[in-house]
Amino acid sequence: MLKSRNFWLAIIALIVLYLLPLGVSGYVLGLLTVAYYYAVAAMAWDLLFGFAGEVNFGPSFLVGLGAYTAAMLNHYAGTPIWLCLIAGAAAAVVGGVVLAVPALRLRGPYFGLVTLVAVLLLQNMIVLFSGLTGGEIGLDIPEVLSIDDHTNYWYALGFMTISGGLLWGLSKSSAGLILQASGQDATEAAALGFNVAKHKLAAFCISALFSGLAGGMLVFYLGTVSVGTVVDIAIGVQFIIAAVLGGRRTILGAAIGSIFLIVAGEILRPLGELSTFVVSAVALLVILFFPGGFLGALRPRGQG
Amino acid sequence: MTQNLLEVTGLVKRFGGLVAVKDISLSVAPGEILGLIGPNGSGKSTVMKCIMGIVRPNAGSVRIGGVEVAGWPTHRIARQGVGIVFQHSHPLPRQTVLEHIEIALLPDSLLKLAADRHVAERARAIAARVGLDKVMHRLPRTLPFADLRRLELAKAIARNPEVVLVDEPFAGLTSGEVADFSALIASFRAEGHAVLLVDHNVKSVAALVDRVFAMYLGERIAAGSAAQVMSDPKVRQVYLGGGIEVAARPAKAAEGAAPLLSVDKLSVSYGKAQALEDVSLHVAPSEFVSVVGLNGAGKTTLFNAICQLVPSTGTVRFGGAALGGRTAAQVARGGLVQCPESRELFGDMSVRENLDLGGQHLSPAECARQLDWLFELFPILRERQGQAARTLSGGEQQMLAIARALMMQPKLLILDEPTLGLAPVILEQLSKALERLRLTTDITVLLGEQNVTFALPHADRVYVLEHARIVWEGSPARFAAEAGAAYL
Repeated sequence: MLKSRNFWLAIIALIVLYLLPLGVSGYVLGLLTVAYYYAVAAMAWDLLFGFAGEVNFGPSFLVGLGAYTAAMLNHYAGTPIWLCLIAGAAAAVVGGVVLAVPALRLRGPYFGLVTLVAVLLLQNMIVLFSGLTGGEIGLDIPEVLSIDDHTNYWYALGFMTISGGLLWGLSKSSAGLILQASGQDATEAAALGFNVAKHKLAAFCISALFSGLAGGMLVFYLGTVSVGTVVDIAIGVQFIIAAVLGGRRTILGAAIGSIFLIVAGEILRPLGELSTFVVSAVALLVILFFPGGFLGALRPRGQG
Repeated sequence: MTQNLLEVTGLVKRFGGLVAVKDISLSVAPGEILGLIGPNGSGKSTVMKCIMGIVRPNAGSVRIGGVEVAGWPTHRIARQGVGIVFQHSHPLPRQTVLEHIEIALLPDSLLKLAADRHVAERARAIAARVGLDKVMHRLPRTLPFADLRRLELAKAIARNPEVVLVDEPFAGLTSGEVADFSALIASFRAEGHAVLLVDHNVKSVAALVDRVFAMYLGERIAAGSAAQVMSDPKVRQVYLGGGIEVAARPAKAAEGAAPLLSVDKLSVSYGKAQALEDVSLHVAPSEFVSVVGLNGAGKTTLFNAICQLVPSTGTVRFGGAALGGRTAAQVARGGLVQCPESRELFGDMSVRENLDLGGQHLSPAECARQLDWLFELFPILRERQGQAARTLSGGEQQMLAIARALMMQPKLLILDEPTLGLAPVILEQLSKALERLRLTTDITVLLGEQNVTFALPHADRVYVLEHARIVWEGSPARFAAEAGAAYL
C-alpha cells in the first residue's frame, strides 16, 4: 500500500538526513537548513492545494507575514525568539483567515489572483514603510537561533520532521479525508453533511500556521529579513514548484521537491546564470510528463 | 394521516429575469416514491437543488419532517435528513471504494483524527448492500460506470437520510443494471424513507414510482399516477405536441442520389460510458433531417463525433470524402458547420463582431450580402448589432448562434437543440426562420431536438435516438403513431 510505502521511504530518508552531519561540510548543512525551512512552507502549501483544492499563488504572503512579524518584534522590542515565533505564526494565521474569506466566495482563477495581489500588497507595504521595515535592504535581527552550523541544521531538520509528521498525519486523518472531499467537489461534500467552509477555513489556518513558523525560523537562521528572501513572488513560486514537483496531495513530496530544487541549484552553480534555467527546465519536464510528481511516478498505476 | 417527510409549498426560484421554478408545491410521505419529471429546462433539477439547499429559493417553504429548511446551507439540510444521489461522481483519486463510503460515515468534525471502529464494518455492510463488495478495495477510476453510480448510492445510504433525492437514476445504465438500481431504490421505500426521483420522462420511472409530478417551463402541468400523467393531455402536448404538425416535402433528393452526409457504424465512449453505439444515418443534399431523442440519448455526442470534436470509431463521409483524421476546423471550413447546444457565443463581443467572425473567410462584398440576408431572416439582430452578445435574451442568443453558423455558408448545418430553455413565443420565431431557410435555400440541415413539436414540422425524415442507438427511422407523418408512445 502506498501509505505505508511512502511512510517507510520517509523514515529511511530521515535517517540519512539525520546521519548527514557526520560526513558533509558546514556549507552543505547550511544549504540543507534553508531547504528544510522551504520544505515546511511547501508542505503547508500542498495542504491547501492538494487537499482543500485552493490554488494559493501567494504562499510567500503567509511566510512573509510570519517572518516580518517575528523579525520586527525581535528588532524593536527585543522579544525572546520563541515569543517572536509564536507572534509570527499568529500573524500568519490572521493572514490565512483574510485569504480564506475570498477563497470561500470566489471560484476558479479569481481566488488565485487575489492571493497574487496579497503578495504584491505585502511587498509594497514593506517597501513603503521602509523606515520601519528596512525596505528593500532588509532588517538586521539582533538574535539568531545559533551560530553553529550543526545546531542550526538540527533545528531545521527537527522542525521539518515535526511539521511534516503533523501535516502528513493530518492529511491521512478523518478530518483530512473530509477536507479532500470538500476540495474535490464542495457540493457533494456539503450534501453528505460536511460544513465545507469550516473545513477549508481550518485548512487555511493550519497552512498559515506552518508557513508563518517556517518564515520566522528562517529569519532567525539567516539573521536578517528581506523582501527577496521571504516575500518575493519568485520565492512563492519556488514553494509551488517544489510541491508540484514532489507530487501533489502527498505532503511528503513537497519536502522532497524543496530539497531537490535547492540541491540541484547548488550542483549546477558552475553553470552560472544558466543553472536556474536548467532547474526550471527539469521542473517543467517533470510536470509535463509526470503530472503526479516524483512520488506519483513511483506509484504503480491502477493500484491503491 | 401520516405526516409528509418532505413538504414543498409555493417554491419560487428566479435566475435574473428567468423564473425557473414558479410556485411549485409537492409532498412525499414516508414509504413513498414520487417521480418529478419534465423535459430539459423545465425546472425539475432546480426544485431538487432548492430542496438540498444547493441553490437558495426566492420564496416558498421546504419542510423536512416538519422543520422549515428553506434557505439553510446544504450541510445543515443534509444533517436534517436529506440525502442526494448525484448523477455524476467526482471520486477522490487515491481512496478506495470502501474509503469513499467511510468518508460518508464520518462526523463533521475537525478534531476527528481516526474513524471509529464500527465505521469500517458499516461501510462493508453498505458496500455489500449496493453490490460493491467485490470491488471495495479498488480505486474508483478502475470501476465501470454502473459501479460508480452504485458508489454514489452507497454514499447516500451511509447518511441514512429520511428523504432521498435521486437525480436521473437510470441515465447511462443497461437494462440489467436498471433492474438492480430499481430494487435498491425500492428498498428505500420499504424502509419507510421518502424518495424523490428526478427524470426526463415518465416511462423510465413509471414502474418504480407511486405518484408522478410533471413540470414544464417551471410550472406544474400534471400530477397523479404514472398512467394518469401519461394520458394527461397537457403532458402529451409538451412531449408530443398537440396534434403534431408535419410538413414533409416531396423527397427532393431522388432515391439513389449520393448522400451529402453518411454516417456508418459510429460509436463513441466516454471512459466507461458508451455514449453512442453503432449509429448509421444519411442525409441527402437539401434534405432536412431531425434526430429526436431525450436528453442524454446521445444527440450532442453524435454531432460532435460527426464534426470530429470527439474521438470515435466508424466512418463519417461528407460529400463523398471520409472525415476521419481531419481537424474540427478543417471540417467546418469544408462546409459542415455545427451550431452547438451551448451556443458558444463570444459573450463580450458585439452581435456584429460575432457575425463578422463567422464570415472571416468571405470577401467583403460577399460578407455584406450574407449579412443583409441574415438580418432579413432574423430582423431583431439588425437592431442589436452593437450590443454585447451576453446581454441578449436567450432567444436572441440562439438566433445569433444560428446566424453566425450561417455566415460560414455551410452546405450542411447541424443545429443541436436550438429550443433549449426558450419560451414558446421564441420557438415560433425560430420555427418561421427555419421554414424560410427550408423553402428559399437549398441548404441541408441536421436538427437534433428533444422537443418533438418543434422538430417534426421541419423534417423530411426523422431518426429517433434512444440510449445511444438509433431505434426508429421514418417520415414525420408516421412518427406519432409508431414512435410517439415510446417517447413519453
